[in-house]
Amino acid sequence: MAYSDKVIDHYENPRNVGSLDKSADDVGTGLVGAPACGDVMKLQIRVEDGVIKDAKFKTFGCGSAIASSSLVTEWVKGMHVDQAMELKNSQIAEELNLPPVKIHCSVLAEDAIKAAIADYKAKQEKKKGL
Amino acid sequence: MSLKLPIFMDNHSTTPVDPRVLETMLPYFTEHFGNAASRNHAFGWRAEKAVELARDQVGALLGASGREIVWTSGATESINLALKGVAEFYKDKGNHIITAQTEHKATLDTCKRLEKQGYEVTYLPVRDDGRVLPEDVAAAITDKTILVALMHANNEIGAVHPIKEIGEVVKARGVLFFVDAVQTAGKIPFDVNECKVDLAAVSAHKMYGPKGVGALYVRRKPRVRLVAQIDGGGHERGMRSGTLNVPGIVGMGKAAELAKAEMATETVRIAAQRDRLYAKLGAALPEIYLNGPACDSGWRLPGNLNVSFAYVEGEGLMMAMKDVAVSSGSACTSASLEPSYVLRALGIGEELAHTSIRFGIGRFNTDEEIDYVADHVTKAVNRLRELSPLWEMAQEGIDLKSIHWAAEH
Repeated sequence: MAYSDKVIDHYENPRNVGSLDKSADDVGTGLVGAPACGDVMKLQIRVEDGVIKDAKFKTFGCGSAIASSSLVTEWVKGMHVDQAMELKNSQIAEELNLPPVKIHCSVLAEDAIKAAIADYKAKQEKKKGL
Repeated sequence: MSLKLPIFMDNHSTTPVDPRVLETMLPYFTEHFGNAASRNHAFGWRAEKAVELARDQVGALLGASGREIVWTSGATESINLALKGVAEFYKDKGNHIITAQTEHKATLDTCKRLEKQGYEVTYLPVRDDGRVLPEDVAAAITDKTILVALMHANNEIGAVHPIKEIGEVVKARGVLFFVDAVQTAGKIPFDVNECKVDLAAVSAHKMYGPKGVGALYVRRKPRVRLVAQIDGGGHERGMRSGTLNVPGIVGMGKAAELAKAEMATETVRIAAQRDRLYAKLGAALPEIYLNGPACDSGWRLPGNLNVSFAYVEGEGLMMAMKDVAVSSGSACTSASLEPSYVLRALGIGEELAHTSIRFGIGRFNTDEEIDYVADHVTKAVNRLRELSPLWEMAQEGIDLKSIHWAAEH
């Protein structure tokens, strides 16, 4: 199976690889997938006034999984969290030209950003509660 | 000598045709193109003579007579013919077949079809190193057993079954013994008489011959019977109809002759290259795990190295080492997302199975290539571990098993 040029580009030059301080109040972390399934994504965002200022990822998976998470970090930077919640896996799959067997990689990337936002929001709620 | 990229190190999947084999084949396309079944003219006689020489060459490689060789289109057909042909012929004697969980799909799927037709099949589990032991086979034989079908060596993990000892127990119970010798014929010694084998499948393209040709060894003394699965002109003593692929057969014969002559020296060189690759990887990378029998156990194919690189997914790793052609047990490309059934049968966890890479070293790999591959793989694994959340968590001392993974299936 041949990879699309965009997948290869993200795979060879992944954007925003790394980690943010997961204990910080303004950081949301999403960890999705499972080692037994062959894909795990960790996606983190740093939020200021509801806007995603920074995004980082680390992914265990195939080229399409790495490219999907790399693309999402690139897209969500500068987005409002509500806007980022609207991100659909189909947009990722379309941008990267993923074949049907790799659609689950884009689904995982959507799950990862949603999980990161949910984690950030839960932290904010907890802060308000205190 | 400069290195030519990409490097082919996937010699279990196929092998290049040896130039000496190709040279032998060429006249049989244009000059000696006769049909080996044409009994009344010189073109036919020439083709027949070449086919009979090849029969003797393949027979000699297996310690058999050329008269016991049936030509086929490849090992998949040989396996189908052996299993279905024996099951059908001996159905009044019994309906039970024994095989193993790590067999090639050609055997497993043929057995599944036979099950649908009313046969009973035992799929033996394997030991931790991937081998089936004689006592496992003996314990599974019943008075309904007609056939034991096992591979000589496994294509993924290189585990070599103790075929000689298994042959003893199978013969002692009067059961037929079929061996899939695709990975071993021409690589390590395999003798049908020493191993008490009744039927054996071999393929040309796994031993530096052409694709599209294979053979089935069928014992004559005592005679093993088969029901043909392809009907037609009654070629191959009625066991396999169809005009013979003369150039392919000539090539397979030459490949067998070369393999037999060069096996002793080639095996030593390839095993040394395999050990060199594993030693280099082991020295450069922590947390890598060998799948299958130990390299020095004597129960591993010389050219086989199957390694799990923990925390790095196999398909992603293959993409990172695009100058090296290998294969992975991470069936990430398959719709099922299930990793290799062979690794699973060894009791290897799915998470490690997803990180496995199979290196298949062959006749044309050089020491220089081994060093390049070791270096290339090391760089790729290091790069991907930097990208891996699992590697990061492991470095932080987090037990990955303690995490509740949302997508666990």
